[in-house]
Amino acid sequence: MSVANEAGAAPVATTRSYPTDQQKPPFWQRRPFYRYGFVILLLALWEVLGPAVNPILFSYPSKIAVAFYELTFVTGELPYYAMESLEILFCGLFFAILVGVPLAVLMARIKPIDWALDWPINALYSTPMVALVPLLVLWFGIYMQAKIIVVFLFAVFPILINTYQGVRECDKNMIEVARSFRSPEWKMWQDVLLPFALPYIAAGIRLAIGRGLVGMVIAEFYTTISGLGYMISRYANVFETDKTFVPVLLLMFLGIALTSGLKWIERRIAPWSRADN
Amino acid sequence: MVPSSFERNENSALLTHSPARIRVRSLLKRFGALEVFNGVDFDVGEREIVAIVGPSGCGKTTLLRCIDGLLPVDGGEILCDGVRVKEPIAGVAMVFQHFGLFPWKTVTDNVGYGLRMAGFPADEIAARVPHFIKLVGLAGFENAYPYQMSGGMQQRCGLARALAVEPTVLLMDEPFAAVDAQTREILQFELMRIWETRPTTMIFVTHSIEEAVLMGDRVFVLKGRPSNVHKVVPVDLPRPRTRETLREARFAELREIVWNTLMAEAREAEFQLVR
Repeated sequence: MSVANEAGAAPVATTRSYPTDQQKPPFWQRRPFYRYGFVILLLALWEVLGPAVNPILFSYPSKIAVAFYELTFVTGELPYYAMESLEILFCGLFFAILVGVPLAVLMARIKPIDWALDWPINALYSTPMVALVPLLVLWFGIYMQAKIIVVFLFAVFPILINTYQGVRECDKNMIEVARSFRSPEWKMWQDVLLPFALPYIAAGIRLAIGRGLVGMVIAEFYTTISGLGYMISRYANVFETDKTFVPVLLLMFLGIALTSGLKWIERRIAPWSRADN
Repeated sequence: MVPSSFERNENSALLTHSPARIRVRSLLKRFGALEVFNGVDFDVGEREIVAIVGPSGCGKTTLLRCIDGLLPVDGGEILCDGVRVKEPIAGVAMVFQHFGLFPWKTVTDNVGYGLRMAGFPADEIAARVPHFIKLVGLAGFENAYPYQMSGGMQQRCGLARALAVEPTVLLMDEPFAAVDAQTREILQFELMRIWETRPTTMIFVTHSIEEAVLMGDRVFVLKGRPSNVHKVVPVDLPRPRTRETLREARFAELREIVWNTLMAEAREAEFQLVR
């Protein structure tokens, strides 16, 4: 067991580090070679084989890159619609966290609330939310409010269910310590339950980001013309496949960036959770 | 039901000479159909250390958790300074076998936790905590997280957290069972040193007979199913107890007395389990 220095800096070993006195294995035995190599291989194949397909149906990387440049710097469509979409995504996620986390803790701590909400929540979670979108449009209109509600509904359940799980699995010993020191219930949330559940909450939010992106695009398909979803449907309708691919790839990139960004934040604010790895 | 081996004439040994701080009266605890203990009676004095030993599963820890108010009792009562214990009360602090530190709190925040729960203002907590960190020898590790520390250091932190609320009763639930043998010995004498500076009531549950004799003014041997205080061994070793104490003939003698009582019971319990 290593001991912290005075500043309390964590002597945390990276999970995949090799002992320093040992030579690193050659590059073809290491992770980056396969990780990046395969992506490059796919892109290369796509670039070579893509032009052989009818351009009305398909496109290829260099052409998409040109389209990306045009949409971003010439017409400025892409940043404009992306900002619209992001606004909706973040609002939806924000409310999903704001509602999901406290509701989950209440359910996990108070039996009657758990008993009452268990079925409705599981029923809603199992319902394909896509099926509700036309109804939501009917109820909430076609503007931003409706879209945020769609994203919220897509995102709230993974957060709710994960947080609930985290609080339920909270170390009984720690709850006992809190009780022994006469902690009131609401302080127990702050000192014990939420910190313990933090990795679960973060996992829930990561899932919620993925589902939220789906909800966002669907909402944009169904409601007013706006956002990346609108870009996709418009360019697909006029068979400009290269320009259709641009927002699709951006969505993919957004998903990756947001989830890995969250992982980074998690490591920063919860250094103890690295300890077991 | 009182086991036949429980002799009433030993009852005088269950009381204390100094004014009693903890009174346990005909205590009964059940887990479902199982009676863990029944008819437990004893007093613990104001500046007394009572060590409780007993075979595994005899309800030592359960008894301690009842005294802390963490578990409800099914009969009898526990009085602390005349007040009936129904839930954790102020002035009683527990040190846990599993340390019970919060992984997301630094040493400073863990030690200050009890004070914060007791409603002390932040500036007063900040003023008090360093003293207790120093007292347990953790100076220099104020900002360390539990996962960065050894088991011994973690339990020092747990001890500081309990001491920081300046309790009148300290409950020790096998506090050194999870640390290695050398660390354990160091911590035992450290605890004795700290206790000498501010003697309080202490109930010390342990597996270790040596530890019980070294710490306790009296050693209670828990026995039977349901269990009860089978034997009280008064420890007449002088204080302060130090490493010298371990070499005294009287220490070995007392250890043998407790050992004999306990081992007879442990063997019985073992064969009960086999059957």
